Amino acid sequence: MLVVDQISKHFKLFSLREITFKVSQGDYFMFLGPSGSGKSLLLQIIAGLVKPDSGRILFNGIDIAKSPAGKRNVGILFQDLALFPHLSVFDNIAYPLKLRKYSSFAVKQRVVELAEQFSISHILNQGVTSLSGGEKQRVALARTLAFNPPILLLDEPLSAIDSQLHLDLGVLLRSINRTGTTIIHVTHNYQEAISLASKVGVLHNGQLVQVGEPVEVFQNPRSEFVANFTGAKNFYRVKGVRATPDGLIYAELPFGETIAFYANPAYSNGFVCFPEESVVLSTQAENQSAINVFSGSVIDIFAQRFGYEVVIDCGFKVFALITKESLEKLKISPGIKLYAAVKANAVRFIPEI
Amino acid sequence: MSKSGVNNFSTFSLVLTLLGAFILLFIIAPLLGMIVNTPFKDVAATTADSQVLSSIWLSIWVAMLTSILFAFPAIPLAYILARYDFPFKSVINGIIDLPVVIPHSVVGIALLGLIAGDGLVGKSLDVFGVRLIGTPFAIALAMAFVSLPFLINSARDGFIQVPVRLEQAALSLGATPFQVFFTISLPLAWRNILSGLVMMFARGMSEFGAVVIVAYHPMVASVMIYDRFTAFGLKYSRPAAFIFLVVSLIVFILLRFISRKR
Repeated sequence: MLVVDQISKHFKLFSLREITFKVSQGDYFMFLGPSGSGKSLLLQIIAGLVKPDSGRILFNGIDIAKSPAGKRNVGILFQDLALFPHLSVFDNIAYPLKLRKYSSFAVKQRVVELAEQFSISHILNQGVTSLSGGEKQRVALARTLAFNPPILLLDEPLSAIDSQLHLDLGVLLRSINRTGTTIIHVTHNYQEAISLASKVGVLHNGQLVQVGEPVEVFQNPRSEFVANFTGAKNFYRVKGVRATPDGLIYAELPFGETIAFYANPAYSNGFVCFPEESVVLSTQAENQSAINVFSGSVIDIFAQRFGYEVVIDCGFKVFALITKESLEKLKISPGIKLYAAVKANAVRFIPEI
Repeated sequence: MSKSGVNNFSTFSLVLTLLGAFILLFIIAPLLGMIVNTPFKDVAATTADSQVLSSIWLSIWVAMLTSILFAFPAIPLAYILARYDFPFKSVINGIIDLPVVIPHSVVGIALLGLIAGDGLVGKSLDVFGVRLIGTPFAIALAMAFVSLPFLINSARDGFIQVPVRLEQAALSLGATPFQVFFTISLPLAWRNILSGLVMMFARGMSEFGAVVIVAYHPMVASVMIYDRFTAFGLKYSRPAAFIFLVVSLIVFILLRFISRKR
């Protein structure tokens, strides 16, 4: 429903170059990129706050690239929230409604409804400057959603708050998305992307280098930036997360194998990853202290700057980084059978919210 | 006088205090001298002098009206200067500050040339039988010329302090640029604009040099005081000056009150 087609914007020191992607209704589209990659600029172009030099933005087939921001019906939540300091919480939320000539009764009804949804009913009459960080977030979100924009743009909404609020807001955003609002979210935090996104786009130096499902993007990173994010290509979706009395968590890999790790067991689905360096290879199954041992045959060996990357097919691909000495000692060559061991505390679990 | 972190510096502090006191004394002494040397009965009698009252009243209302009327084009100009970048912007900022450095009698002569019967504006108005010289309108022009920088600069500073992000947020919420200006930018810059308005009013009200050239009559307070001084001398002009000083002080206190209440 939203098609961004060859959008470019040039500045003296930075350019956004021919960005093209498609967002379907109900998507949670996450743009991932380091600071300076152009992700906030891209959001501002979609919102109509910055004019692109060229390209089209089709919303349900109509080019909105030249329409004024106020006519686009796109909600944007800024990183700094941009609450109006001279207005109360109520008037902040009512602002877009009054612009749309709602009757004062309808304004009040909608604001009260939003206040309940976002648990801010008790602060409606307060000024916005004295609110806590979490309250400000919810007020800003309520204001942005007040006019029911079909698309919500989020500029690093989770970066300025502590981790508990982080999770709360993540859950809130996910629920907003589930009720039908399409979300385009930019972040530099890959954990956010993994937890929330239904689709991920990777921006680097003003170019869209990769678009796809999160697992696809993280397992086959096409940029060093994404590869560095996970620290590994060993990235898998897991389900059936269950805790054991000894504190270990078990979850099912999509290939029937079980993987054990330490994590907060509050979520039943998510993703696991472990660094290539943490995988210990051996030719025998015994003498392994690690809990997770996967067996398979070597399919590829690549020389790296430090040692070798060995790819083992265990039903799923496991990537291991080993030294030249280990390679020679284990006589690793394509086709031989190996055991890949991963310690439980090397596995990182990222819940799916 | 103590300054944190600076010890054993008493000679230095003493010199600073003495120099500072000298400046304060320099400002206060003449005013205090005038107040002390003006007998109360003279002041009381002068407050009943209709010429004094009408000239002070003229100063006040013309200055006030000038500030309000010129605010309509001056505030948008301040907004442009705060928000947009364009070629020769610094030149325009310089032009706005010009009235501060031009001698006020020169301003008066320049304005007179414009509105006199053979001047550009004067000639065209003459066609309709309208004469500006010697009218409150001429006074207003002279007051506006010398006092506009105070409003524009203060309003511009006010607009600069309004984060662009808030205007962007309003735009994205559905506001037109006009609505953004009236609901976000203007209310948030309002205190600066108000203090600029009061400064412009105060500066216009006290103007003498430019006004006396374009309109000796009707007399504004400053011209009336000058007129009394040249015609009758120091003693006779003092009570009127005293009353005008009190009026100016009231405006001044108002100004301080507005700019402090942040």
